[in-house]
Amino acid sequence: MKTIKDIYENIGLPRLIIGVFFIFLVVVSIVLGFSPAALFSDVVRRWLMYGTLVLAMVPGIQSGIGLNFGVSLGISAGLLGSVFAMEISFLRNWNEVLGAGAPWLTLLLALLFGIIMAAILGTLYGLLLNRVKGSEMTVSTYVGFSVIAFMNIVWLSLAFKNGELSWPLQGQGLRNTASLSGSFGGLLSNPDVVQSTQPAWLQWLAFKIGDFTLPLGLILVFALLCFSVWLFFRSKLGIAMSGAGENQLFTTSSGIDVDRKRIQGTAISTVLGAIGIILYAQTYGFLQLYNAPLMMGFASVASILIGGASVRRAKISHVLIGTLLFQGILVTALPVVNEVIEIGTLPEVLRIIISNGIILYALSKTKGGNQ
Amino acid sequence: MSQKTDFFKKAGSFLFDNKVMIAFAAICLAAIVLSGSPMTFIVDGVFTRITRNTFTVLALIIPVLAGLGLNFGIVIGAIAAQIAVFCVVYWGLGGFGGMLLSVLIATPLAVLFGYLVGKLFNRMKGAEMIAGLILGYFADGLYQLLFLVIIGGVIPVNNPKLIISGGVGVKNTIDLTGNLKYAIDSVRMVDIVTVVFYVVLAVTLIKVILHLLKKYQLNKGDFIFFGIVGLLFGISYIPVVEKFLSTDRLILLDALTAVLIVLAILQLIKIVRSIWIDKEPLKTLVKPIVTLLVYGLIYALTFIPEIEEVLSYVKLPVLPFLLIAGLCWFNQKILSTRLGQNMRTVGQSQSVAMASGIDVDKTRVIAMIISTVLASWGQLIFLQNIGTFSTYGAHTQIAQFAIAALLVGGASVQKATNKQAIIGVILFHTLFIVAPEAGKQLFDNAQIGEYFRVFVSYGVIALSLAMHAWTQFKKEVQPPTGGADLEIPALPAVTVKQQTLK
Amino acid sequence: MDDQYLLSMKNISKEYFGNRVLKGVNLNVKPGEIHALVGENGAGKSTLMNILFGMPVIYSTGGFEGEIQINGESISIDSPHTAMNCGIGMVHQEFMLIPEFNVTENIKLGREIGEPTALSKIFGNLLEKMNWTQMSKEARKALDSIGMMNIDEYAKVAGMPIGYKQFIEIAREIDKTGIKLLVFDEPTAVLTEGEADRLLEIMRLIAEKGIAIIFITHRLTEVMAVADSMTILRDGEFVVRKDVKDITLAKIAELMIGRQIDKLVDDSLLASRNLSDDKIALEFKDYHVDMPGERVKGMNIKIREGEIFGFGGLAGQGKIGIANGIIGLFETQGDVFAFGKRLDLSKLGEALRNDIAFVSEDRRGVGLLLGESVERNITFTAMQIKDQFLRRIGPMKILDKAKADQHTREMIKLFDIRCTGPSQTAGSLSGGNQQKVCLARAITMDPKILIVSEPTRGIDIGAKKLVLEYLTKINREQGTTIVMISSELVELRSLCDRIAIVSEGKVFSVMKPDDSDAAFGLAMAGVREEEAV
Repeated sequence: MKTIKDIYENIGLPRLIIGVFFIFLVVVSIVLGFSPAALFSDVVRRWLMYGTLVLAMVPGIQSGIGLNFGVSLGISAGLLGSVFAMEISFLRNWNEVLGAGAPWLTLLLALLFGIIMAAILGTLYGLLLNRVKGSEMTVSTYVGFSVIAFMNIVWLSLAFKNGELSWPLQGQGLRNTASLSGSFGGLLSNPDVVQSTQPAWLQWLAFKIGDFTLPLGLILVFALLCFSVWLFFRSKLGIAMSGAGENQLFTTSSGIDVDRKRIQGTAISTVLGAIGIILYAQTYGFLQLYNAPLMMGFASVASILIGGASVRRAKISHVLIGTLLFQGILVTALPVVNEVIEIGTLPEVLRIIISNGIILYALSKTKGGNQ
Repeated sequence: MSQKTDFFKKAGSFLFDNKVMIAFAAICLAAIVLSGSPMTFIVDGVFTRITRNTFTVLALIIPVLAGLGLNFGIVIGAIAAQIAVFCVVYWGLGGFGGMLLSVLIATPLAVLFGYLVGKLFNRMKGAEMIAGLILGYFADGLYQLLFLVIIGGVIPVNNPKLIISGGVGVKNTIDLTGNLKYAIDSVRMVDIVTVVFYVVLAVTLIKVILHLLKKYQLNKGDFIFFGIVGLLFGISYIPVVEKFLSTDRLILLDALTAVLIVLAILQLIKIVRSIWIDKEPLKTLVKPIVTLLVYGLIYALTFIPEIEEVLSYVKLPVLPFLLIAGLCWFNQKILSTRLGQNMRTVGQSQSVAMASGIDVDKTRVIAMIISTVLASWGQLIFLQNIGTFSTYGAHTQIAQFAIAALLVGGASVQKATNKQAIIGVILFHTLFIVAPEAGKQLFDNAQIGEYFRVFVSYGVIALSLAMHAWTQFKKEVQPPTGGADLEIPALPAVTVKQQTLK
Repeated sequence: MDDQYLLSMKNISKEYFGNRVLKGVNLNVKPGEIHALVGENGAGKSTLMNILFGMPVIYSTGGFEGEIQINGESISIDSPHTAMNCGIGMVHQEFMLIPEFNVTENIKLGREIGEPTALSKIFGNLLEKMNWTQMSKEARKALDSIGMMNIDEYAKVAGMPIGYKQFIEIAREIDKTGIKLLVFDEPTAVLTEGEADRLLEIMRLIAEKGIAIIFITHRLTEVMAVADSMTILRDGEFVVRKDVKDITLAKIAELMIGRQIDKLVDDSLLASRNLSDDKIALEFKDYHVDMPGERVKGMNIKIREGEIFGFGGLAGQGKIGIANGIIGLFETQGDVFAFGKRLDLSKLGEALRNDIAFVSEDRRGVGLLLGESVERNITFTAMQIKDQFLRRIGPMKILDKAKADQHTREMIKLFDIRCTGPSQTAGSLSGGNQQKVCLARAITMDPKILIVSEPTRGIDIGAKKLVLEYLTKINREQGTTIVMISSELVELRSLCDRIAIVSEGKVFSVMKPDDSDAAFGLAMAGVREEEAV
């Protein structure tokens, strides 16, 4: 009896409800005759698509800044990196010159730009967060919003030559949604793209097994990132950072500069945000500019909380489980709901209720995240 | 000399205290000049937006005073109003009666919501703002569930005007023309005067009855007040006045004149009182006389043709402005009650309030209820003025814009006044009106101006939250029990009074 | 007999989680009398007052035994509100004032006078209009009655001197109708000398009005100066009730401290060592620490190599600040030398790198990562400072799990830490075992100087003995210099070679463990022995 109670307490009520709901949806959709393979392909794809953005929450939480709603900063850096990389690729005509290598170079360049910008912005952001200790979440939410609003002005002012990016017949401003099909879109995850653009020896990146799509390339990249973060938190620096997040006085009395560790944690979180949005865009096949990333921070926060993290402690397993459950529900809900009543927007409503409900729940559990 | 430096010091601290407002005023001015829009257009637009938005902004003040910070939860008040509007439109009601019914439906809903929000905030003390923000999104989700799925899906609603054709759920926009549009704006002045008279009459009668029951002591003020109202009611029967009052809009010029006359009369009464009744030295008269002169000067300015043109162009709906004035008065009055004092105490220090026997949690819940109810009324005013009800969008930005406006006026997380709210609304919405045109002139792109104003509204909140958190954090790091007084040893250990040692 | 007393608390006993903190204590106070309540920290004074005020902490921990009588009538005080209705008031140590409010508002806090309005008749007194004229009149009266004519009742409290705030607080209590008994809890602790004198005068003034005062203080000189009678508590036990005129300062000191010293440590360990004034392990020169509430204000002392050195003294006098400054939690001034080398304390971890380890008095706040495993707690500092338990992989230093695990198991065995294994979280251990984990973390640093702050606070007797014995053991066997900071004089005297009593942030006197009880008592109270004879 006691063990059952222990297990229940370990899982927690919200995770239990969401987990049962997910299983219920899966069963119903299979009963309704949807192809399980196609369904799972979709779940896996969305899982990997959002995974890195959720992973970006871990260093933030561990280093003590709490739920990093300001991951929009990293997202913006990643998007900027991507558009710059695409513009350079266009100007240098890489597609002609490099052939199959062009999307790779563009992707690497986008990552490089994104990471550098995110590291700089993240450091500055960390400096700010050190000055607002105790209210990091409130401040970071609005800093995140402000950054997106500011980036709107930037997107509108950039004058790029690449037709995929800019509006036709206008000297200025980028599109709301820029297609990556001629660039790195689907490079790691879409079997069609891989088949048509990549040489035979790279065909393992993404392929189909019957109805089931296995985006092996993306899986490997995501696994590598998860492993790196896991390893990082077993390193001397990572352990010091966890300590700073858990107990500032303890860590200070062990001779560690807590503020520095928090800045580093924030910077790493921001960098992961940048990588996350680039991987998201490559899976999705489009770059979404302007207000599209406004609420992405919320989705990431909600995912890791669903996974079982608290505002003070998070693990890689929380990332994996949370993203799977959250995205899984959203993916499976749509066809199921459509079968019952025709309301196309219901999954969106569901997303809003679940994500904000779980954040609210987590905040009320910890008295608003303050110690 | 010293007076001069004192003046500079004062001016300096004035500039510093109002830095947000001043910076914003400068941006507005620059944008107005850049846009090159005619003043009639700008002033008209600003007053329209004052009509729509001020009430909601004023609804934020009480939670700030009670220490709950900026109430991002007013979204929930707006939702209560929108549910009420939907019901009234569905029942096919309209006009002022329909509006009254909306109020009757919205108010208990808002009380309930406010109570629940207050309870939740009591569980999350110190994190009310982030909680309110998330709660707003969460409530929006439930609202969408209600309007998209439950109405039409679970509860059968057969109304092609309201329900998406061939599906379930409420349409994206509901046209309020012919039912609730201008339901408040179009109330005639003469009706207002009549209603006010009868209400005052009724209240006075109740007071008299209470007096006779020895439960209340009637005083001079009661009679004077009733006399003035009765007099006004009487005047309204004079044909000229009646004709003037029988419209629902007031030309801004007339409104300004009327306000100046009332203010001047008040100042005169003050002067008369201090000379003949209080017999104060003549020196104290300087201020009221200067004020009177300023009023005169303002009135004189209205004769400049450019200004006169603007002032005669703009027409104000009367009742909304009276309601706004009423809310300002309410915000002021509540502070002079025991409830208001409790709220201030709780806002300053919960632990001290608790030790003084004040029910902290209850006071906070009351503050949230008041704010939510006021926000729902504010949303009703907003919707009837704008005339179309965007089902899924009308409430989403309300907290965002109202809070930004309040902060632009110079308020902070811990301090907010009516004046700041009104100045904030004027500045913030001026920018809203001129920014697209200014962007067009400056960057050849109206969109940039639009994005700029959104950026400003987020940015000003981010800045003010960060500044608040910063000062809070500094306070924690350096406790006020500062060095100097503790450096002196309290009692040197060696001094022992001789007589105590036997 | 009893009715001569305004308040009598009879045979009061109280237990916290099986720990008896009050054992049959009596407290009797006559009307118009200033009655001092004295005793060391932990003697039970605050618990007794908590009972008197019906604080929730008493009832949430199972209530108390005994009887409270007011004017000879037995009453039950179950909430602070009841206490207030019985005419019992308190002048708080931390001011219950709102700086942004004016004096009147503060004096009338929560007891505002309202005028009924038509609305308040319908909706209750919350809508009453505040009558500020009446309130300021009454506030003025209360201020005048304690001789504070020069405090303006309309002035804002923010920025006033601390003394004024204290007086406003007193005026508020006086203003309460039917106040019979006023408790002053360490009122002079934060005041300047002049203000303190003024306060004592005001206390006499209040007593003359027939209001009884319970005066809690550590300053025995003030007791002698102002009190009529006193009750002495020691270790939760009632020692004596005496009139001040019948007792001397030295006698009070002796009664406060006096108890036999239990041998907590095995005699065999107390072999003699070679301590020399030439070999100095730790030296403080004009050392200041800016720790709020525990400021160190210019300390000079030399601690010899191989010595067990104790710092004692009352709470708030600065002994706690000493260690927290060295370890870098608070800013310091002045010089600290370890084995002759000056430490640059502005650099975090400086002490740790110079072989000084620290066990904090605040176990849960500073000493532990409550959410982390025992293993992480024990290895953390050594890993960060000495690169232990790490493996190099390329440029990265990665945790060497096997080593850390092995070391933790050794420590668990050495200290007999009761846990399910190295992976149990520190937060789920009992207090004594948590303290052992803290000690294990310090030992892992292999220090030459070990500073332990309140090492036995809140832990059971078995763990206490083990901790103290271990400290002696590493001192004797490995020559580790031990600096022990403790509020428990017995403990210090049972272990230390020398004990410095800290008062007002300075070393007041350095004593031997076998000095007399009275000498210790006087030193603790900050009174020179030669002046109390």
